[in-house]
Amino acid sequence: MSKIKVNCCGETCPIPLIETRKAIRKASPGDIIEVRGTHPASKKEIPMAVKALGLKLVDVKEEGGEWTIIIQK
Amino acid sequence: MAEKLTIVVHSGDMDKIYSTLIIANGALSMGMEASLYFTFWGLQRLQKGGLEKGSLSKMHLLGIGKSMMKQRMNKANVSSLERLMQDFKELGGKIIACEMTMEIMGIKKEDLREDLITEYGAVGTYIQEARESSVNLFI
Repeated sequence: MSKIKVNCCGETCPIPLIETRKAIRKASPGDIIEVRGTHPASKKEIPMAVKALGLKLVDVKEEGGEWTIIIQK
Repeated sequence: MAEKLTIVVHSGDMDKIYSTLIIANGALSMGMEASLYFTFWGLQRLQKGGLEKGSLSKMHLLGIGKSMMKQRMNKANVSSLERLMQDFKELGGKIIACEMTMEIMGIKKEDLREDLITEYGAVGTYIQEARESSVNLFI
């Protein structure tokens, strides 16, 4: 089980969503994907994608305009 | 019904190609399949070197409007159409080129970005895609 980090800080629609999907595709079952970003809409849309893909949303947190979303495949 | 998005890309306008690729990448990212059927003016964007060549659908102003829009897009860090297209392909998106448009406009396969095109087809191919899609758009 490995941890994949995706940095989307400064990126806008639809890049955070696309980069998250790419990382999920490359990950193996059980892997943890950590996405960081600043685009506000993506903070709620990435969890929507995670749910649609049937994966586990481990955590969503935000500090000073930067959010971190943790997903398990 | 299958979780699939199909878009008829009829317009070749830059802003509409952006809408197309953003929506299509969104669908792929959220676990759907996506097929884009490029026809008429849309097909011109698949010509070699043609992807970024479309005008703005409004306020193009002989190119002045477009360059202002591009400046604002750069400032907002919006990605290029080429990157969105590469992402679309990487996430498994399908691109169909309209054969009738090729015939009308005298476009040959070698004039097109064959690296992007999944298949060449006519209305039957589009309908086969559309009938199994839950989202169908015409842009």
